[in-house]
Amino acid sequence: MQAAEQKAIQVTDLTVAYQDKPVLWDIDLDVPPGVLLAIVGPNGAGKTTLIKAVLGLVRPAAGNVLIYDKPYDAQRRIVGYVPQRGSVDWDFPTNVLDVVMMGRYGALGWIRRPGKKERELAMQALEKVGMEAYTTRQISQLSGGQQQRVFLARALVQDATVYLMDEPFQGVDATTERAIVTLLQELRADGKTVVVVHHDLQTVTDYFDWVMLLNIRRIASGPVDEIFTSDNLRETYGGRVAFMK
Amino acid sequence: MLEGHLDILLIAIVTAVACALLGVFLVLRRMTLMSDAISHAILPGIVLAFFLTHSLSSPLLILAAAGTGVLTVVCVELLERTKLVKEDAAIGLTFPALFSIGVILISRFAGNVHLDMDAVLLGELAYAPLNRLKAFGYDLGPVSLYVMGTILVLNLVFICLFYKELKLATFDASLAAALGLAPTVIHYGLMTLVSVTTVGAFDAVGSILVVALIAGPPATAYLMTDRLSRMLILSAIIGSVNAVSGYGVAFLFDVSIAGSIATMTLLIFVLVFLVVPNRGLIAIARRHARQKWEFAQTMLVIHLFNHEGLPEAETESAIADLHEHLSWDPGFTSQVVRYALNNRCVSRKETQLILTAHGRTIAQQALVQ
Repeated sequence: MQAAEQKAIQVTDLTVAYQDKPVLWDIDLDVPPGVLLAIVGPNGAGKTTLIKAVLGLVRPAAGNVLIYDKPYDAQRRIVGYVPQRGSVDWDFPTNVLDVVMMGRYGALGWIRRPGKKERELAMQALEKVGMEAYTTRQISQLSGGQQQRVFLARALVQDATVYLMDEPFQGVDATTERAIVTLLQELRADGKTVVVVHHDLQTVTDYFDWVMLLNIRRIASGPVDEIFTSDNLRETYGGRVAFMK
Repeated sequence: MLEGHLDILLIAIVTAVACALLGVFLVLRRMTLMSDAISHAILPGIVLAFFLTHSLSSPLLILAAAGTGVLTVVCVELLERTKLVKEDAAIGLTFPALFSIGVILISRFAGNVHLDMDAVLLGELAYAPLNRLKAFGYDLGPVSLYVMGTILVLNLVFICLFYKELKLATFDASLAAALGLAPTVIHYGLMTLVSVTTVGAFDAVGSILVVALIAGPPATAYLMTDRLSRMLILSAIIGSVNAVSGYGVAFLFDVSIAGSIATMTLLIFVLVFLVVPNRGLIAIARRHARQKWEFAQTMLVIHLFNHEGLPEAETESAIADLHEHLSWDPGFTSQVVRYALNNRCVSRKETQLILTAHGRTIAQQALVQ
């Protein structure tokens, strides 16, 4: 395969089911390198499941996922992951710097402990998200937006090529939302591929250059200006979107 | 006799620390109930191994019990995965069944051997030093101490080696899995050690005390720190304090040692719960009380500020009538006035209450927010 045709993420015929209930039906998705892609769809459309399937966290009933032509297991080091903020216990006894250093655990491998180098990388990442003043803050003492920034910093220290983010804008204030968008666009400018589960249809055209419309099956995917049409949206949401200009 | 005391004390401390260290991760994973389940469900494993070896101190007993412990965890998780039963009910279904199988086996086949229920549930620390390790005619100390000492070292090695993996698997299992740090392997490693610790401890201290020592010291330490490393150290220290103070109480009142240690575990938790700075009950009550007075003071200075320099100021700031303007209880009003005077937010001018510069700043700041 030639470099020009190489896909950052290639999902083929992916079906995920819980018992006999399909959550994703025969999904095909090609994500070219260097795009900022939003996965959009109604609640229960399988957006989180799709991300988890790419990361090998749920086992597909059929189909295949490749990251730069190789299975995820071979590409762990180049994939960064931001889970939903609500998926962890923020009362866990740890502080901001410590959580960010967790992003280095994969590169460290088993048993080796984080040291000075990891600390420095974590500090740099915290500066990028504007949280350097909070290094020793206990994580339960942060606002929702600050927690989300910490999670982003944790993914940044992974120094990945492909980023998968599950609702990074969920429950954050307007300032944080702007800061996150700027950060995502910087990542894309650096040639990274960023895939974001997104809820707010109003901001898709402003923030993203690619979009995937998902509702258990793939409705459409591609550049925003081609794909993000009212016809496609009506098909995705079943005629329940009346907002489109 | 003094040596006997020392032996018992050492066994109690080593057991407490072994349980308290693992307990930290169980408490943070909300799995303390699982240790309760394991401590009961290992009985059939112990009984079956006893039939095979005819000895209560064989290492095979520990292995068989650890196997049953892990089996319990697997059963609970399988039941849970059907989504027809929640975790608490799955635990409630699994361990009594396994425990009962153990009880039936004992009553049917081992009616007259040393394997009685009281010893299983409450243990008898006082007898623990009687079973001694002897080699070449020398007395090397109680067997229990060696068993628990080995288990403590195992737990320490596991936690030190896999500290980072345990932390991430507990805080964010899906990231751990995505990074390839196998949280499931860590989970079952932890559960195996909980089973081994429980069976090692049950002969000496009984399963109730095991549960108390797994839940109590970590829950206490959790109130005192927000760093995992410190929580582990504090948990170990608190476990030891529980063991020593419980033994002291048992000695003074000539009562069950295991019972006293379990009781001290609760008492020390309650004590810390009350007095710990910042998040203790007393600190919270104080903070609430202070906030109440602060807020009342702010209302008072805002009231004075709003009418300051206006024609009605004289009536609005008359100390004797303040309670009517603010619709406060007169007693409460005079307390608030005293509080504000003490803080130099206001000062008295004949019958009036007037703002100081400080009070004016407070009012302005409060109104800006």
